[in-house]
Amino acid sequence: MKLTKSSLRYSLLIALALIYISPIIFMLVTSFKTQSGATSYPPTWIPDPFTTQAYETILNPANDTPVFRWFLNSMFAATMHALLVVAIASLAAYPLARLKFKGKKLIQGLVVITLLVPPVILIIPSFNIVNDLGWLNNLIAIIVPTAAGAFGVFLMRQFFLSIPLELEEAARIDGANRWQIFTKIVLPLSKPGMATLGLLAFLSNWNDFLWPLFVLFDNSLKTLPAGLANLQGSNAVRYDLLMAGAVVASVPVLILFFFLQRFVVEGVARSGVKG
Amino acid sequence: MIETATQSSLARKKKKPDIVPWIFLAPYLALFSVFIAYPIGLGAWISLHAWDFTLPRRPFVGLGNYEKLFTPGSTTFEPFWQSMVNTGIFTIASTPLLLAIPLLVAMVMNQNFKGRNLFRAIYFAPYVLGVAVITILWRYLLDNNFGLMNYLLDLVGLPSDTAWLTSLPAVWVSLVGVTVWWTLGFNSVIYLAALQDIPKELYEAATVDGANGMQKFRHVTMPGLKPIFAYITLLTLIASANMFGQSYLMTQGGPGTATRTAIYQITETGLRNFKMGDASAMSFVLTFFLLLLSTVVFFGLREKKDAKS
Repeated sequence: MKLTKSSLRYSLLIALALIYISPIIFMLVTSFKTQSGATSYPPTWIPDPFTTQAYETILNPANDTPVFRWFLNSMFAATMHALLVVAIASLAAYPLARLKFKGKKLIQGLVVITLLVPPVILIIPSFNIVNDLGWLNNLIAIIVPTAAGAFGVFLMRQFFLSIPLELEEAARIDGANRWQIFTKIVLPLSKPGMATLGLLAFLSNWNDFLWPLFVLFDNSLKTLPAGLANLQGSNAVRYDLLMAGAVVASVPVLILFFFLQRFVVEGVARSGVKG
Repeated sequence: MIETATQSSLARKKKKPDIVPWIFLAPYLALFSVFIAYPIGLGAWISLHAWDFTLPRRPFVGLGNYEKLFTPGSTTFEPFWQSMVNTGIFTIASTPLLLAIPLLVAMVMNQNFKGRNLFRAIYFAPYVLGVAVITILWRYLLDNNFGLMNYLLDLVGLPSDTAWLTSLPAVWVSLVGVTVWWTLGFNSVIYLAALQDIPKELYEAATVDGANGMQKFRHVTMPGLKPIFAYITLLTLIASANMFGQSYLMTQGGPGTATRTAIYQITETGLRNFKMGDASAMSFVLTFFLLLLSTVVFFGLREKKDAKS
């Protein structure tokens, strides 16, 4: 009796999860359909005929849909952005966690205030600044400007505070300077923190839509989200191509997420618990 | 503590300011200055000018752009306030759902069963995909000629001719529904972390006292979630009030401009038509509302907590 009840509940859970994820499965299914197959009615869950035509079309550099190029742009921008975020946040968090200096309170206050600044207020002036720097229509415009976030500083500071002070003091007695302590002791012990922060920065940059939409103009310079939006805006909407493009944009982040789920989830949860 | 003492005694001996912390802080401060502090000032400055990005002359107009925003019949009054109302509709419709459903999901996930991490991953997965992918996907599913949604509705005998992307009020159902589906996992994960922080002993004690499930929820779970609840509410409200991609990609702000949100209007004014003075003034008014909202929520939810405890 009890067994049946729990297995019933379990089946219900599985059914709900399947329904929840079904749109993503349908996206994958559609990407293997033909152009007419993607828009035929009633919609089917099995591509008939099964074809990889959509992928061949969007990945062919000769066509006006340089999805592979967008993929490389996204990969490059998101990786550089993640590295920059981790480097800047770690550097800034260390003195806030471990050193005593005049102006520390002020800096901590600045970081907190950053959390209160709604991004919308930065859009228009940032466009002007990026233009003055000559960064419009350049991937650097989506790598650098958002790299000084408050969340990263908080997260890394939290990690540094959890490292036993004795380790650093022992190194100091041995004659290590601050930089050596930071790079040889603190950073190696903070790998989980850096992984979490880097992963979240990578994901948010990979998925960012508004900013790349307005600062990247050339088709060959676009990132995947901006490029896909462009593809959708073209006259005859080709859903087979769009779904294949969406799959290409999804696979790297889904793989990262499923293998490093622990870090993503912990990072998000921490943002709440520590906020 | 020991560290603090040696630091200050060292500083006293040297008698000169320690530059080491500032070397560490320099990259952060540089980016902060150029891309956070300076833009806020520049934005305020731009909002005081008739700042057309494409023209060399950008005359000073004082508070003119703000006056226009508050003068019925001006070029910016109607579009801006309609977009603010649209933003309000979306926020009011989506926030309660994004507070309640993820709590249910988190409570299920908080139980011990096999494959829990896989379930958690499934509910979080859409959030990992980003707004461009999920809106393109849903535009396809919600198409009223060949979309899966109307087909499924037809199968179960419900009206199957709804134009989910082009008719009112169906567009709001689509925008809110897709947003809930997309971001539900994010809030769930935050709830789940808070649920796991509630000591098990409290539940055990409640069981000993003969409390049923509902009573445990009211007297153990709810108080335990209180600190996180204010935070999730604020986060969700702000995210909803900043909605852009869903509307831009799924409905193009339509029908007409019925689902054009405030940020959509600001980018349209400032980055498409390059009327940056108007757009900056709009973003300051929106910011004012966001800060007001945050303050009200923050103190509202805190007060309740004080009153009860």
